[in-house]
Amino acid sequence: MERKVRILIAKPGLDGHDRGAKVIARGFRDAGFEVIYTGLHQTPEQIVAAAIQEDVDAIGLSSLAGAHDYLFPKVIELLKEKGAEDITVFGGGIVPEEDIPALTQAGVKGIFTPGTSIEEAVNWVRKNIKPRK
Amino acid sequence: MFQEDKLKKVKQEKKKWIEDLAKILSETPERLPRFTTISDLEIKGLYTPEDTKEIDYSRDIGFPGIYPFTRGVQPSMYRGRLWTMRMFSGLGGPEETNKRFHYLLEHGETGLSIAFHYPTLMGYDSDSPMSRGEIGKCGVAIDTLKDMEILFEGIPLDKVTTSMTINPPASILLAMYIVVAEKQGISKKEIGGTIQNDMLKEFIAQKTFMLPPKPSLRIIVDTIEYCTREVPRWNTISISGYHIREAGATAVQELAFTLADGIAYVEAAIERGLNVDDFAPRLSFFFDSHIDFFEEIAKFRAARRMWSKIMRERFMAKNPRSWMLRFHTQTAGCSLTAQQPYNNVVRTAYEALAAVLGGTQSLHTNSLDETYAIPTEEAVTIALRTQQILAEETGVANTIDPMAGSYFVEALTQQVEEQAWDYIRKIDEMGGMVAAIERGFPQAEVADSAYRYQKQIDSGEKVVVGVNKHVTDHPPITIWRMKPEIEERQLKRLREVKQTRNDKKIKGLLQEIRKASQNGENLMPHLINAVREYATIQEICDVWREVYGRYSDPGYF
Repeated sequence: MERKVRILIAKPGLDGHDRGAKVIARGFRDAGFEVIYTGLHQTPEQIVAAAIQEDVDAIGLSSLAGAHDYLFPKVIELLKEKGAEDITVFGGGIVPEEDIPALTQAGVKGIFTPGTSIEEAVNWVRKNIKPRK
Repeated sequence: MFQEDKLKKVKQEKKKWIEDLAKILSETPERLPRFTTISDLEIKGLYTPEDTKEIDYSRDIGFPGIYPFTRGVQPSMYRGRLWTMRMFSGLGGPEETNKRFHYLLEHGETGLSIAFHYPTLMGYDSDSPMSRGEIGKCGVAIDTLKDMEILFEGIPLDKVTTSMTINPPASILLAMYIVVAEKQGISKKEIGGTIQNDMLKEFIAQKTFMLPPKPSLRIIVDTIEYCTREVPRWNTISISGYHIREAGATAVQELAFTLADGIAYVEAAIERGLNVDDFAPRLSFFFDSHIDFFEEIAKFRAARRMWSKIMRERFMAKNPRSWMLRFHTQTAGCSLTAQQPYNNVVRTAYEALAAVLGGTQSLHTNSLDETYAIPTEEAVTIALRTQQILAEETGVANTIDPMAGSYFVEALTQQVEEQAWDYIRKIDEMGGMVAAIERGFPQAEVADSAYRYQKQIDSGEKVVVGVNKHVTDHPPITIWRMKPEIEERQLKRLREVKQTRNDKKIKGLLQEIRKASQNGENLMPHLINAVREYATIQEICDVWREVYGRYSDPGYF
């Protein structure tokens, strides 16, 4: 049997808005994924270290304070440095439409903006994230 | 509220009405199996005098300005003076925010409210590695007194009151404000305003925390003690339900946890040896006004009644001013949608109306674009005009507490109050709010409510127009963007301040703060001395982090 998808839900930077991160962490767990939550106020370095240590398949980044344009690409850059670029990165929160192309360009695979249902996010994960070998 | 024989008649008539209704419903049933508030309180189809029979007008409702203040804290309410229109603002650097302050004051705003950027909120300077990507994004960047001087340029601090949403470094920002006033030639006895300074709700909801609960509480009590003596017009704390609600709490949880936080602060100040009637009149509150109209009005009315009982009966306060719950309100950011953003103007207007009918002392109305970014000037103007239309066109400020006597609102007020008391009793049994937070109780309650609500939206049980019903495409709106040069300018100014100040002096002043932090002496005079010489926020917070240790998020979900 294929093992469960493992996802790290992470809160990068100083942003304290964790309602969405917690709701999605719980929603993913209820959908049958293995979920690890970093808690708040994590640096990109801490997030990447946790992702590697926990051997996750994907990182879900949550940002509601406008620093996504720096923090999301930074996480991807550090994953590459550590040779862990096969970990998929997706994100959600207050991300204006016009910022999405640059984030996609940087390697963020999916961005979930306000109004996304748990089901939509779960379906996206089922389609796009497979357990790494 | 009614005579026995009259109630009996109502009961009989109601019985007949229910029979008639049943016939109608057998043919055309009601739209929903259950009618509930956004917080899931079940609402009946009709309220009658029967639902308010336990309420005694003089005991439970009474008169505005008189215990238990259900109808309002001032005898004349808005007929005497309108609520303060206080728009929460902070964007980019102090220059941009100063410009926004002047703009808002010119357009009829009547009080200031500062939104700080995340590094300031968390006790870091703009040049810290922790601040990368965050400078000026979510509020104004303040590192030293220099920034505060620019922020208040052309604004005389004896003519305006200022609210500052700041928590772990609240005492430092208050110290800066006092020095800005001093430089304008205004004594600290004359300045008025509020620091949020409510750390307990940070652990529950807003999550800008720095030190563990106990030292956090100690610094808060220092500010209460100092202001009671030296800054008599300052609201030393704004005990906040807003963030608890925004994190997902129900109306009852918001109310109960806020008042339980308030109880913890009063206990801590009394423990310090302060007399309750000396400091209690300067405690203030801050609530959310969410989209469920009547539930919010009931919550505000219940809050006043409950706090007056807590202060009078539990803490034996004698001064009627100690019994008053004065509060600021912000409309619910979490009720706004990114979809069809112009609908947010309507939501905010209803929420503002509930706050005013609930008797708020000041109000912030959110802008239509805040699910995207800091508001543009155009968006914030509509939000301010929403309040002005409410105040000056609709007539709702003409009479006091117009919802009183509504069978529904009075019954709901009572229901919300009873459920909130249940929570407060539970928290008391746990040993108070600090103990409850340490075991994660309010945090878990809020997270459960947030998850339940999301499931209700996903299933369509609760409707959000534009999100799960009446969905259409909408054209993009213009949003505020921070200019990249603002970050550079902020870093440059910080460098210059650090180069031109007296380093040796700063070192000594920081040492004084360390000593006071360790020996329990009141910190405020030391903070004022340090910021006057341009010590940075982070330099002071680093001392605290060293002395007290850090609090980090337990991270459960």
